[in-house]
Amino acid sequence: MNLLWLILTPLIGGVLAGFTGRRNTALPRWLSLACLAIDLGLVLVLWVTHDSTTVAANGTWLAQMDWPWIPQLGIRLHLGLDGLSLLLILLTLGLGVVSVIASWSEITERVGFFHFNLMLTLTGVIGVFLALDLFLFFFFWELMLVPMYFLIAVWGHERRIYAAIKFFLFTQGSGLLMFAAIVALALINYRQTGTLTFDYFALAQAQLGPTTQMWLMLGFFIAFAVKLPVVPFHTWLADAHTEAPTAGSVILAGLLLKTGAYGLLRFAVPLFPAASATFAPVAMTLGVIGILYGAMLAFAQDDMKRLVAYTSISHLGFVLLGIYAGNTLALQGAVVQMLAHGLSTGALFILVGALQERLHTRDMRQLGGLWSSAPRIGAIGLFFAIASLGLPGLGNFVGEFLVLLGTYRVASGFAIAGTLGLVVSTVYALSFVQRVFHGEQQTSKTVVDFSWRHMLVMATMIIALVWLGCYPQPAFDTASSALANLQRVASERLSRPGEP
Amino acid sequence: MSGTDLTAILPFIVLGGTAIIVILAIAFCRNHRLTALLSLLGLVLCLIAIWPASDMAPRHVTPLFVIDRYALFYMGLIFAASIAVLLLSYGYLAARREQPEEFYLLVLVATLGAAALVASDHFASFFLGLETLSISLLGLIAYPRDHEKPLEASVKYLILAGISSAFLLFGMALIYARLGTLEFARIATLLTVNDAQPNLYWLTGLALIFTGVGFKLSVVPFHMWAPDVYEGAPAPVAAFVAVVSKGAMFALLLRYFVTANADGFGPVPMMIETVAIASILVGNLLALLQDNIKRILAYSSIAHLGYLLVAFLAGGALQIEAITYYLVAYAVMTVGAFGIITVLSAGAAAEIEDLDAYRGLIWQRPWLGGAFAAMLLSLAGIPLTVGFIGKFYAIAAGVNSAMWPAVIALIVGSVIGLFYYLRIIVAICATNPDDATAYIGAIPKTGGATLAVLTLMLIGLGVYPTPLIHLIQVTAAQIAAK
Repeated sequence: MNLLWLILTPLIGGVLAGFTGRRNTALPRWLSLACLAIDLGLVLVLWVTHDSTTVAANGTWLAQMDWPWIPQLGIRLHLGLDGLSLLLILLTLGLGVVSVIASWSEITERVGFFHFNLMLTLTGVIGVFLALDLFLFFFFWELMLVPMYFLIAVWGHERRIYAAIKFFLFTQGSGLLMFAAIVALALINYRQTGTLTFDYFALAQAQLGPTTQMWLMLGFFIAFAVKLPVVPFHTWLADAHTEAPTAGSVILAGLLLKTGAYGLLRFAVPLFPAASATFAPVAMTLGVIGILYGAMLAFAQDDMKRLVAYTSISHLGFVLLGIYAGNTLALQGAVVQMLAHGLSTGALFILVGALQERLHTRDMRQLGGLWSSAPRIGAIGLFFAIASLGLPGLGNFVGEFLVLLGTYRVASGFAIAGTLGLVVSTVYALSFVQRVFHGEQQTSKTVVDFSWRHMLVMATMIIALVWLGCYPQPAFDTASSALANLQRVASERLSRPGEP
Repeated sequence: MSGTDLTAILPFIVLGGTAIIVILAIAFCRNHRLTALLSLLGLVLCLIAIWPASDMAPRHVTPLFVIDRYALFYMGLIFAASIAVLLLSYGYLAARREQPEEFYLLVLVATLGAAALVASDHFASFFLGLETLSISLLGLIAYPRDHEKPLEASVKYLILAGISSAFLLFGMALIYARLGTLEFARIATLLTVNDAQPNLYWLTGLALIFTGVGFKLSVVPFHMWAPDVYEGAPAPVAAFVAVVSKGAMFALLLRYFVTANADGFGPVPMMIETVAIASILVGNLLALLQDNIKRILAYSSIAHLGYLLVAFLAGGALQIEAITYYLVAYAVMTVGAFGIITVLSAGAAAEIEDLDAYRGLIWQRPWLGGAFAAMLLSLAGIPLTVGFIGKFYAIAAGVNSAMWPAVIALIVGSVIGLFYYLRIIVAICATNPDDATAYIGAIPKTGGATLAVLTLMLIGLGVYPTPLIHLIQVTAAQIAAK
């Protein structure tokens, strides 16, 4: 099957939704859902028809397509799907469906344009996970920003303009650094081989001196670090996540942050293995700082949404740690952590968004005792809060534990420091539950409990998270050959003569 | 002059002929629609005349002009931009009281000057083309003559044009005094024959010429006039100044530097790099302080010329390709952005140029607002638009020649630039119902259609730039072979 359809389906859905939105408010929602469902079907078919044995014979890639796009500049429409992309695209489509349903009652104005932007963001994210041409990758990387910007700026909360512009400037600025690095890499390769190409596999063969490699790696790293976000670059995150509408927050936390991690896994480390090895202690330090600092910031918040936003920094710190620890255990952990974080944080944002829709506040000082009036919300909130703190049996635990285990083997100090993050996360997660659902009820408003629509979404996410926690083997199997391939690319480069 | 020569300069002949017919038509029968149609027809014929001319290329016609594919490509760009400006102006002028017919005449003559510039291979034709262009522009800028601002802008432009011409002439004189020739190609030969090291005369001459051209391109530090003139001039004229005048000047500068091998000498690259970085930073920073959209676009144009200068320094085949692509992109998005102001202002007494007046535009006029947002995103260099490919070329050119300060300036400038483009987009998308401005008057059909075409080009060339790149590579080879 042609991989392009994976990208085109949500795009078509978005355009249709945009056109129909003027006349009908329900149609865009159903169209978006239908297109996402079709896309999900396509991916599942791909997944099921390729079991792990054929994958190995096929060289880790489940499917590839390679068309010329701008031949004069050696830019090709080169897409490839391996286990890693597959898992992340499944997450993308799953969270896409969830976002559409979550905004069913929240978004009432300009519904068509909303779904247009939503679907376009998903298109960009899927493109990022598939692109194997660096120019194409950057194209999708930037493509997801604009609709996300509109989602925040038009349907966001009080300080939406500020948050949207900050988000755009941070990501665009760092993205241009990466773009300069991509162009430099392509031109260096051009001088060595005489062919101008942006192809991932070709550029992985370029000979780079140690200094050049370090600079180029930094160009990539900064772009991904801003998205991830790594601590000195994290300030956009809390604003953007807090001010975005629920669907926007779900996509930001669940997917856009993952594109940063994916970029590190797919590009920064395999393309520049020597520089990455040198840089690993710095990156791991940043990861540990992120884990602890993010958790502490989360604990200090009164705004529910900000709290959830800061937990992302903490959780993604584990991912960074795992990526730079570099062994199979840690990488597997990082992938599971990405999936689990997407589910648990996405669910928390939906929950918080639902509370805000009902109570018109996110301030936890004005909340409390909601359990009695809305027991479903309370129970589900408790579930995802303890998922977030890493309770065994749920996906986050598997991810964090594997990352720490893998890190312990290469750098025990980082692992020990990272473990402290689990303690702090307990504090913020439980205090969140305590302050929102227990104690005196502050507001006299009666809180309407979750509707069947929300319950359905939440139940699906709970099942997925429990599955990931109790039986993560399918995820491991799917990702393993892809991760092994990435490690192989890196080690081949390191062992090649002429490499620093 | 043989038949071949005449075929080669057919675009000039058609354009000149059109101007004369339009004069006569105005003298006998003052009719807005007729004049506009005649001018439009003439420009379309000029575009068509490029094909027979390209069969003769490359050809020197008199010592003054060289008709090569490079010149013809830029002529095509200029004619197309003029057609767009004319179409945008039609509805704009129809709604105003002034007699509109001479406007078309001036546009035709200015276009002739610009076309002469891109084909000139000699200082004399350089100067002739420049003055033809400048003097017509004076009339165009001051066209709404019962208003104060256009008059002020026109006087500013007059003084500037005078000064820059003086610089240019002095620079030409110095080079002539040293080498005894006014032909670009001869300069290169004489330089290699006479002395490997260019001396003070030559360098001073070059610096003065660059100053004169710099004024016209409004690069820092010669940029002071641009915001005032853009603000004062009618919006379609501002588009003309920004695209046709600057584009032709840049094409000429490129030809001069490539033909006369000027860019490799001594302090010249450093001089251009400094000007480029200053333009990018100053243009973008000053744009942050503006609330008037035309002024924002003026400063953004200063910054874009800075990006172009970064590509200018790259050298080699990439230089011409990058600059040409960027100029096409710049033409599409700049004419488009000014076009939005033009069609919105068509029914209004004064031009709608205040940022606040655009609040909520996208909800009231979704297509127009969407097109404006697309133009602005393209100016910011976001993918799916032609501006992205342009920015890619500029960065590639900078990286290729390892001019890291310029590349860093380009990145920083783009981020700053994004901020003020987003400011406009925020205004367009403002959701507060109190902000809504009532847009009086219908959108003129010609203007609307032109904008639709420009928006399609903006996205089409951003998604699939291959044909245009191919065209540019075929035309760029001509000048690069020298």
